[in-house]
Amino acid sequence: MRRRFHPEQPAGFAFTADNLEWAKQQTKKYPDGRQASAIIPILMRAQEQEGWLSRPAVETCADLLGIAHIRAFEVATFYSMFHLQPVGSVAHIQICGTTTCMICGAEELVNFCRKRIASQPGHLSKDGKFSWEEVECLGACCNAPMAQIGKDYFEDLTVTSLDKIIDEFAKGDFPEPGSQMGRFSSEPSTGLTTLIDWQSDNVTKNAAVALALEKGDTTRRIDGTK
Amino acid sequence: MLDDKDRIFTNLYGRDLCSLRGAQGRGHWQDTKKLMNEGPEWIVEQIKQSGLRGRGGAGFPTGLKWSFMPKPDSSTPPRYLVVNADESEPGTCKDREIMRHEPHSLLEGCLLAGFAMHTTAAYIYIRGEYVRERELLQRAIDEAYSAGLIGRKAAGSDYDFDIFLHHGAGAYICGEETALLESLEGKKGMPRMKPPFPAVAGLYGCPTTVNNVETIAVVPTILRRGAPWFAGIGRARNSGTKIFAISGHVNHPCVVEEAMSIPLRELIDRHCGGVRGGWKNLKAVIPGGSSVPCLPADMCDDTLMDFDWLAEHKSGLGTAAVIVMDQSTDIIKAIWRLSKFYKHESCGQCTPCREGAGWMMRVMERMVTGDAELSEVDMLHDVSKQVEGHTICALGDAAAWPIQGLIRHFRHEMEDRIRSRHFLMAAE
Repeated sequence: MRRRFHPEQPAGFAFTADNLEWAKQQTKKYPDGRQASAIIPILMRAQEQEGWLSRPAVETCADLLGIAHIRAFEVATFYSMFHLQPVGSVAHIQICGTTTCMICGAEELVNFCRKRIASQPGHLSKDGKFSWEEVECLGACCNAPMAQIGKDYFEDLTVTSLDKIIDEFAKGDFPEPGSQMGRFSSEPSTGLTTLIDWQSDNVTKNAAVALALEKGDTTRRIDGTK
Repeated sequence: MLDDKDRIFTNLYGRDLCSLRGAQGRGHWQDTKKLMNEGPEWIVEQIKQSGLRGRGGAGFPTGLKWSFMPKPDSSTPPRYLVVNADESEPGTCKDREIMRHEPHSLLEGCLLAGFAMHTTAAYIYIRGEYVRERELLQRAIDEAYSAGLIGRKAAGSDYDFDIFLHHGAGAYICGEETALLESLEGKKGMPRMKPPFPAVAGLYGCPTTVNNVETIAVVPTILRRGAPWFAGIGRARNSGTKIFAISGHVNHPCVVEEAMSIPLRELIDRHCGGVRGGWKNLKAVIPGGSSVPCLPADMCDDTLMDFDWLAEHKSGLGTAAVIVMDQSTDIIKAIWRLSKFYKHESCGQCTPCREGAGWMMRVMERMVTGDAELSEVDMLHDVSKQVEGHTICALGDAAAWPIQGLIRHFRHEMEDRIRSRHFLMAAE
């Protein structure tokens, strides 16, 4: 996919008051005069607000940090997590396609996305709600094949479970992330071979899944709406 | 097999509480001040004696790396510890478990390592895709600040130390230490020429040490239990415990902490329920993440999972991410997919890698279908040799090695495919 700005651009961009405050706080992590360091987190927040990165949004972020626009353009086009074109309004599905996932069935998931969402990656579904792409290794290889949707990882996927997940997103729900075949996290699926005495009865979900359920914001935009 | 009592990451699967209270219950943050009272030199010496080698892939002795930091004096600029949490090597999913389930082992490690090198602050650079892991790690950092474990007079000592969490946005190259520093400074992640090494001029031009998450997270336990304990696990020069991630065609893929130098077969049989379809059904193993050459099945019987054994056999331990492939695998296609990965992730700075990675991927594409000439196998090997070692960072090498491994061990399969394709074409 070409990494350049979309031909149709909005007239302008402004952070919500909360996001602007958040962005200013981020710059405090870095020494004086090194505020440019915050460009990736701030671009990411702009994307989380709008769903994708428009040229006015990147320019706004650059101005906020006092850096030349071209420096922010370089960053926005270099890093593949930035969407330079609109993605599905409900969910953008990123299927991991690198070797481990590939040999565990990611190609079937990709073919399924072609049929169910759009024939080409990065294109919107007919109703505009979904889009998909194949991404490089997402680092959850022991739970292959897997996909990232919004903030969460959906692991140990099959075509059937992915279909069901998309159905739930389409209904406006947030399906439970993590392993879709009932594993707790990345332990052997038949049960623990180590650390058997290191379990607490109070823990029913792994930390990432528990946090997702607590926040309920898998694909929610950070734009001030609830 | 390693006993549970000798495991460092006792909450690897998150079956216990991940909070500060949970971590303290498992022994983290205990007597941290006492360890610091022993002094920075003592900590560096202990880590040297423990034989700890970097867990990010290169396996460089950690204590030695720490001792490269210049001696501090009152006029020196700030000094930084940067933790490489940009886990992106295909096959690798170990640091993720530390960050979401054992964040306090990492934070305590940051404090002790930071103290040992007289640094002012640590930056943890986590990959952008790990959103929940980032949120969990930030939660742990906030907890540690509230409890006075980091920040001003950290853990009751006289030492001030901050930990900041920073994230990337999906670039594999930012796992290379100087690209990571560029990215942390708000630029494209393009590796820097070395020298100067980060220990001399790193983040913002200041002395910096970059370490992998697992390297830092094992430090508190080593100091608590003593260097001889850690050095006593595994073969000489390959000491300690290691988190392995076994994925692909095993019955039960998993992440597991085991003793270094464990035989590959024992690792797979004991924790993963064996290879799918039995050991005889094994075709090849990539023992250390995508960058290292694969091992064919006949070498896997005696394989020991440590730095030296694998290096002696022209592969590498890398990140100890074991990708297992059974007889049903199209190994040429599996390696082609890695070529596609490297082509996608090449930052574009050095010509051999930028052009070579794409060239090798396109030839590999034809190798998958057999639409190639027999002489192109040698040509592919030759080009991979011209990419290897001719780039600023190791991504060029990493793009070349899987292909070299394929040609070394599966040349017959590549040639058979080309011949049968030619035969089919002639028949038509």
